[in-house]
Amino acid sequence: MVTTSEIAVEAQIEELADKPPLMSRIRDFGRRQPLGSVGLIIVLVMIFASVFATVLTPYDPEANAFEFMLTPPNFDYLMGTDQFGRDILTRIIYGARTALFVGFTAAFIGATVGLVLGVASAFFGGKFDLIFQRVMDVFMAFPLIILALAVVSIFGTGVQNVIIAITIPFIPRCARVVRSSALAIREIPYIDAARANGFSNSRIIMRHMVPNVMAPFLIMITAFVGQAILLEASLSYLGLGVQEPIPAWGLMLQGGAEEYVESAPWVAIWPGIAISLAVFGFNLFGDAVRDTLDPKLRSQ
Amino acid sequence: MSAVRTKKPKRKASAAKRGTSAKSKRIAGRPGEKQPDRETLVEVRNLKMHFPVTEGAFIPKVVAHVKAVDGVSFDIMRGETLGLVGESGCGKTTTGRCILQLEKATEGDIIYDGVNLNKLNLKQMRPLRQRIQVIFQDPYSSLNPRMKIGEIISEPMMVHKTEPDEAARNARVSELLSVCGLNPKFADRYPHEMSGGQRQRVGIARALSVKPEFIICDEAVSALDVSIQAQVINLLEDLRDEYNLTYLFIAHDLSVVRHLCHRVAVMYLGKMVELADCDELYDNPVHPYTQALLNAVPIPDPTIESKRKHQIIKGEIPSPINPPSGCVFHPRCPIAVEACKKNVPEFREIRPGHWAACSEI
Repeated sequence: MVTTSEIAVEAQIEELADKPPLMSRIRDFGRRQPLGSVGLIIVLVMIFASVFATVLTPYDPEANAFEFMLTPPNFDYLMGTDQFGRDILTRIIYGARTALFVGFTAAFIGATVGLVLGVASAFFGGKFDLIFQRVMDVFMAFPLIILALAVVSIFGTGVQNVIIAITIPFIPRCARVVRSSALAIREIPYIDAARANGFSNSRIIMRHMVPNVMAPFLIMITAFVGQAILLEASLSYLGLGVQEPIPAWGLMLQGGAEEYVESAPWVAIWPGIAISLAVFGFNLFGDAVRDTLDPKLRSQ
Repeated sequence: MSAVRTKKPKRKASAAKRGTSAKSKRIAGRPGEKQPDRETLVEVRNLKMHFPVTEGAFIPKVVAHVKAVDGVSFDIMRGETLGLVGESGCGKTTTGRCILQLEKATEGDIIYDGVNLNKLNLKQMRPLRQRIQVIFQDPYSSLNPRMKIGEIISEPMMVHKTEPDEAARNARVSELLSVCGLNPKFADRYPHEMSGGQRQRVGIARALSVKPEFIICDEAVSALDVSIQAQVINLLEDLRDEYNLTYLFIAHDLSVVRHLCHRVAVMYLGKMVELADCDELYDNPVHPYTQALLNAVPIPDPTIESKRKHQIIKGEIPSPINPPSGCVFHPRCPIAVEACKKNVPEFREIRPGHWAACSEI
């Protein structure tokens, strides 16, 4: 009782204090989360590159130019060209589009479906919860990449199917985390109040429980984006993901790594760096979001 | 706290502490007096709520039952306030939750205005939920922190379609907030921006929003400090008179109960031990548990208090998983005899309108 009232008073004080201007809040985040800020900058650069891809580069990412095949990096081609004479920097920039599109879509759909299923599982409880969680266990038993491979081999390749393949293994992972938060929420009297008022189950789940498990949900989403980018690159590298000539980092790595590693190393090095940086950036940012949203970790 | 406005601040806080005033307001008709205009609103008959205790992760096996409520019967008249008192864990909250159908009772009947609630399914129960509302103990956790006060109060009206029009709903929210002594501007606030007393008023406004006839106050004032308690009790009293409400007032503070209730029921370990008119119970308690409970209330005069002989109940409250045989109170009872270990005492009418479960009186 005392602790809840203290929290309420704290919240009240926080609320009453004037909201600091945006710039000082950004500076505050940078001071408290230096690594997270680095991650945020990487993420923002990626978003900027994919939005303004057409303006940033004069080259076509898909048009072959065999007269410029495997040109080493120079002032015309800052990162060199690949075996089809396409500018690698251009393909990296357009590849950010593919990576972000697949990453955000898969993470958002996977986490959202997981959110609703996880909350519903916690709310209904009993036999439904037991059976549902065992089904989730079956999905969780497979490593992400194996399950994604299985889905791709069923649905086939292509951007759309890659998204489905990455989304499906995300659902149980999010559902499990959200369920544990929702189980705690279910016991709070405002859920009893809603039930005592005869609200429908869907109203209780969507209006009363889902908004109160947003913190773990946001943490899962930011963690999923990085994982999805890595998964998409892995699938493309294995030839099961995005297909040529669409620019994708994993695909570029596959084309360059095996044949040209000695004669033209730049073909493989740049997409490799792009993948690592992107995943690194999203993971740092995700950790910072978790630290900010989780009050237990904040004090450390 | 100073922001809290009372609608009628004429009654002092002390009135709530020792229930000596406002007795004239009590409704004259009481069960036993058999007045023709008194009709029974809620009938609880032999209510049992046994929670299973399970072992084993994969194939759960029921190893025991927590007998939270074990055969409780009582009536609540229309317009009456029935107090339900007892120490922590005696099953008073569970009784309230069973009436609300938040728990499906193991056995027994809850007849509300002629309808047996235990036999209804969720869909049939829905229209009745509008008539039965609840006010919870903890004002901090009974309001959804992600909803504005206005949304919290208008949601029941929307669901029960008592005010289908949004403008009418907003008007009613403002009205309810001012009835409950809050500024109508609070509708745009979030619960964390308010104090405990203000939040409890929001809880009361939510309960009133769909014009109920029966409100279960589950320790509605226990979490508030004494000055706010008095304000909220006065508010509950005013609302009762204004809207002809019936309350089941669950509490452990005996003085609050005496101030507010017409009749009082005492529970111990899932069973009802005594039920009588408020003054009768406080002045002539017959059950040894009620006597000890009343004796434990301190007198607000140090000289009398220090001279007074305290009758302290020996021992701890037994586990409801394995309650004592016979009369559940016998291990702690000062007047228990050998027969009490075997025979379950009948809940009988000792005087007109005064019921108790003890074979030794």
